[in-house]
Amino acid sequence: MTLTSVSLSRRQALKGASAFALTLVAAGLLAPQAHADAKMVEEAIKKLVKGTPEEGKIKLDLPQIAENGNTVPVGFEVDSPMSKDDYVKSVHVFAEGNPSPDVASFQFTPACGKAACSTRMRMRGTQNVVVVAEMSTGKVYMAKQQVKVTIGGCGG
Amino acid sequence: MANVKPRVRVPKKAKKGEIVEIKTLIEHKMETGIRKDKKGNIIPRKIVNRFESRFNGNLVFSSDWHPAVSANPYLSFHMLADESGEFEFKWIEDGGAEFTKKAKMTVS
Amino acid sequence: MAFTPSKFIFTALALAVGFAGTASAADKNWGKYQVEDRRSGFTYATKETQAIQEDNFQNPGMIWVDQGEELWNKVDGKAGKSCASCHNDPSSMKGVATVYPKYNEKAKNLDNIETRINRCREENMQAEPWKYESSQLLAMTVFVRHQSLGMPMNVKVDGAAAPHFEKGKAFYYQRRGQLDMACKHCHEDNPGGQLRANTLSEGQTNGFPTYRLKWQKVGSTHRRFRGCNKQVRSTPYKYASDEYLDLELYVAWRGRGLPVETPAVRN
Repeated sequence: MTLTSVSLSRRQALKGASAFALTLVAAGLLAPQAHADAKMVEEAIKKLVKGTPEEGKIKLDLPQIAENGNTVPVGFEVDSPMSKDDYVKSVHVFAEGNPSPDVASFQFTPACGKAACSTRMRMRGTQNVVVVAEMSTGKVYMAKQQVKVTIGGCGG
Repeated sequence: MANVKPRVRVPKKAKKGEIVEIKTLIEHKMETGIRKDKKGNIIPRKIVNRFESRFNGNLVFSSDWHPAVSANPYLSFHMLADESGEFEFKWIEDGGAEFTKKAKMTVS
Repeated sequence: MAFTPSKFIFTALALAVGFAGTASAADKNWGKYQVEDRRSGFTYATKETQAIQEDNFQNPGMIWVDQGEELWNKVDGKAGKSCASCHNDPSSMKGVATVYPKYNEKAKNLDNIETRINRCREENMQAEPWKYESSQLLAMTVFVRHQSLGMPMNVKVDGAAAPHFEKGKAFYYQRRGQLDMACKHCHEDNPGGQLRANTLSEGQTNGFPTYRLKWQKVGSTHRRFRGCNKQVRSTPYKYASDEYLDLELYVAWRGRGLPVETPAVRN
């Protein structure tokens, strides 16, 4: 049941909403300001990697629903032999709905044995996370997943 | 952030050819540079922007971080155990301050 | 206007929290995180948040455990003592967290771990007390409570503690603030329900000081009480106030038998 589904005057609705939304604004993450979008992520990818990304090779480990946008676990593993001639050079993580599209980049060497990482990221609301992997062979792969970020009602 | 103590977990022993997981955690606010204080002034950005992992002096893995990396950054990654030696982990903060931690691993 | 804004808010809240969604979770076996009908906040967290807590390396609250250990051995104050000078190994603190808050005969009041640490600093170390919610007091509180990890909460509520327990209980059931809500409306009547997208818990304190994703650091029970009080739009009490010490005792009793989880990880 959402607040807006109850028939109310505008004033009542605003008051009701503000009771719950106050802390979110204070948290800063939800402050109304410009944010990245799919296009900005595309441009950011172009800046960092050459070639058109293909689908595949990347396995993402992201929650479907994140309890809190401050700390969203994000993990990936890129399928690669990690040999001298064929390894994952780098992986870039982008967010389509954050104030800036860049999240983190990871540089690998064959000595890593495996191109898999996990970390935690901030997400300003529900959005797509885009992960791009650059191989030493010049191939580029991409994976994308939406993460729903719940909006807290309480939480002091 | 003068007294930052990174935490790392690496296996003390590994078999040659084994892929080991390395976990790291460092206390840091990761101040984004877009938050405002109570007076409405922007709080300046201060994040750890880079992490490097060396083994016996060779750079094996590195990572560049932006303000979207969560506070108290956690990172796990892997390395192929080939020879015994010492890890050196380095975190670099905006402004150039560095935090380091070393750990040994015996490979048999 | 059919009703006043505050009544509307409460109605909306009551609708929003509802009772849906509690059935499936209630059937689950929560193991050590449930004692009789009492469930730790762990059981209301998402599996990702649970995973962060359960891996004692991933758990960012462990940073404060490390800091507390360092402070334990650090000499401070005119007496030239550290915690270790009297208490030796931190394992001497095993079980301590389970019985706090506890009545202090000399002070004629309750002590929680925080005020007890500061009492020790002032009386035995002749050191300045740490500010409530300072990084040092949080670190030492986390460190001391962590020594009892997994042990069941077991506070004493009779004898000299009884009047404090009664006051704490009265606080728990007292409506307050613009929303006119008591602790019990969320945490006794509606755990498992939704407050917008947040899942309400029983409001147990066995994992405190807890690393909250929202705070991006650890925070004390009293910080959480203040937050709750502000959310119902009442004026929060001060850290270490008599009101919150009494409430802390009552809430600790509500969670009797639940394991100490400090530092827990919560939304």
